[in-house]
Amino acid sequence: MNPKLAQKIAFVFLLIATLCVIVPVLIILFIIVKQGYSAITWEFLTTMPRDGMRAGGIFPAIVGTLSIVLTAISITLPIGVGAAIYLNEYAGDNALTRIIKLSIVNLAGVPSVVYGLFGLGLFVIFLNLGVSILAGALTLSIMELPVIITTARGALSSVPQSFREASLSLGVSRWQTTRYVVLPNALPGIMTGAILSIARISGETAPILFTAAAFYVPHLPRSMFDQVMALPYHLYIMSTQIPNVPKNLTFGTALVLLMLVLAMSLVAIVTRVYFRKRRKW
Amino acid sequence: MKSKKILDTVIEKIIFCCGILAIVFVVLIFGFLLKESFSFFKDYGIINFVTGKLWYPTSAPPRFGILSLMAGSFFVTLGAAAVAIPLGVMAALYIAEVAPVSIRDFLKSGVELLAAIPSVVIGFIGMVTLVPLVRTVFDLPTGLTAFAGSIMLGFMALPTIVSISEDAIRAVPWNYKEGALALGATRWQTMYRIVLPAALPGIIAAVMLGLGRVIGETMAVMMITGNAAQIPAGIFEPVRTMTATIAAEMGETVKGSMHYRSLFSIGVILFMITFCINFIADLFLHRMKR
Amino acid sequence: MVDKIVATTLNCSYGKVHSIKQLNLTVFQNEILGIIGPANSGKTTFLRTINRLNDMLPGFSATGTLTIDGADIFAMDPEALRRKVGMVFALPLPLPMTVYDNVAYGPRRHGITDKKEIAEIVERALCASSLWEEVKDRLNESAMKLSGGQQQRLCIARTLAVEPDIILYDEPCSGLDPISTAKVEEAMVELKKKYTIVLVTNNVKQASRVSDRTAFFLMGELIEIDQTAKLFVSPKDKRTEDYITGRFG
Repeated sequence: MNPKLAQKIAFVFLLIATLCVIVPVLIILFIIVKQGYSAITWEFLTTMPRDGMRAGGIFPAIVGTLSIVLTAISITLPIGVGAAIYLNEYAGDNALTRIIKLSIVNLAGVPSVVYGLFGLGLFVIFLNLGVSILAGALTLSIMELPVIITTARGALSSVPQSFREASLSLGVSRWQTTRYVVLPNALPGIMTGAILSIARISGETAPILFTAAAFYVPHLPRSMFDQVMALPYHLYIMSTQIPNVPKNLTFGTALVLLMLVLAMSLVAIVTRVYFRKRRKW
Repeated sequence: MKSKKILDTVIEKIIFCCGILAIVFVVLIFGFLLKESFSFFKDYGIINFVTGKLWYPTSAPPRFGILSLMAGSFFVTLGAAAVAIPLGVMAALYIAEVAPVSIRDFLKSGVELLAAIPSVVIGFIGMVTLVPLVRTVFDLPTGLTAFAGSIMLGFMALPTIVSISEDAIRAVPWNYKEGALALGATRWQTMYRIVLPAALPGIIAAVMLGLGRVIGETMAVMMITGNAAQIPAGIFEPVRTMTATIAAEMGETVKGSMHYRSLFSIGVILFMITFCINFIADLFLHRMKR
Repeated sequence: MVDKIVATTLNCSYGKVHSIKQLNLTVFQNEILGIIGPANSGKTTFLRTINRLNDMLPGFSATGTLTIDGADIFAMDPEALRRKVGMVFALPLPLPMTVYDNVAYGPRRHGITDKKEIAEIVERALCASSLWEEVKDRLNESAMKLSGGQQQRLCIARTLAVEPDIILYDEPCSGLDPISTAKVEEAMVELKKKYTIVLVTNNVKQASRVSDRTAFFLMGELIEIDQTAKLFVSPKDKRTEDYITGRFG
């Protein structure tokens, strides 16, 4: 076959494959928005579910998800940034460093439901936290740790080495150099990663299945030790466990969850673009 | 000055501990899973567990054979691989090498968007769109099948496969391509004779990581594959995966019971499978960097 | 003349690369010692060994002794050492903050909190690096907005602000135009009254203009060291002559 023609045909196939990836995404978004937007009312967002979830709102699920996710990120962010600082600023090229890196790779690959098992075993039962916001948040924070470490390391290593040398040459200690020169310049990257992590764990269901989520709680959480409803779990039970839920309520829940996730991703992307433009080096 | 030094040292110690925590967590996870599963294996026998075909955890006497669950995971993963590998690698090639710059960013955002959709939402959409479609098109009693699950999971593996493959393809040095192009090869010939082989380690890593995600995926499979604990006779049968079994049954078990510990044992198997996959993927990624 | 920095049979290497061989060298107080030599002759390595910035690099090791005021630097706390030994790098490296904060950075990190005191230090340092007149109205602008020459003098001011004894210049004018170079050199000559200066340079003419004595390094060895006037007029070693007359390097 004429190579030019072969190239044309091949490129058409590649294009079709790409469309097979992209188009369904758009279709999914379209379906959820089309079917779900009619459910989105002020009442839907701010009231309790009624009639066994077949009417009313999803307010407690929104509050529950936010409280789990924000607790999780406030645990995982300092630890993750600390670990990233250790790996990027202090660690030598030795066996310990390699083991830490391997552990991070491994943590990143553990299935989310296994994190759920672990959270159940350690936090809920062994540490006796019960099924609670705290247990769920701790579980999610360990799950998200490798992602935070990896993005924070990327942000730290993008700060030019010369900045560190300039500071060190003034007799400033390593930690002070990290604190006053490296961290401020890595902060936008770290924040972007943190926001993306919030988005990602907002949609996680399996890890909170046995550690935090409740089928139905008639009140808002009062403390860290309460069980809560959570948006992704709510969507799961509405679509599989309860018969005859009005279609637009389920789609509405999916839409709210999706918007929450996408809005945060968008914030992260805007942050990244904003700081990249303002970057001074 | 002295106190500042001490403060520095304390903070550096804390930072070191943060680094060590990653190791601690891996050990803790493995330890907690092993603790429960060890006593289970002692009571039930690891051979019976791995080779038993029947999963009747609540009958009397209970049966904890996970062969059918492993077969379920295997079938669904295989199906997802069949969907995701060709599509993913081709899309990565297109985005990295063919797509005009103006639409490249749009395509990449589309892939990132897919990665951002929570798995429970994908599962839900699959339930309301793909499952009825599969049922009517293939005239089946139920659309909740390995087939539908494979498609949805393949779809979920795509972002990983596309973005890591794309990085690998872009990392191929420009002079490799220049050489081929200068000899009069077309861009396509250059792509499959030069670029693809050079990027292969990275693409293999991408595929491994994508499949690692598929094996560990829980919510979408639980919602779509029908959850019948049987060794499937074909792709149009319902199946149940290891992950879905844990997620679906853990809520109903009594803490410390055989059933409870058997689910942790499934967790150990999953942990070891994904550990191997990620380890190998990491080796390939390092090879690519060099 | 007082001995300030004394290197005795100093050897430095990065992994297997032996970059300084058996170096014996003395720098006197309040002089400018120029170090010239082609690339990879070990001159920058020597400089970065003096303030132990090389400690950070993987595989670096040094044997022999190197003393400042008689004290072994390898036994010193590196931070205390670096406060004593300031460094100006080849490329201007202002930190991404305002002009004022750049100069105030060192004193602040060293625990000076009094605002007035810091303001005085900043002004003094900027005056000493002959930058004050040009930037006194732009102190709150980003240092990245200054010209290359101004940035380099800002870096000198930043070094001066921590009140070192010794200043190491690592090819400080390699990225600068002739006018900026002249200003940096002017500041350098002014500074030797108070400080001891080691100047590494690729520019032979610069060494002849500003340094009191000049040392010629080649392949990690000190070939020759003498009064600048003598070394340039009648070098003892053939290789020195070849280098300064531009036959290689």
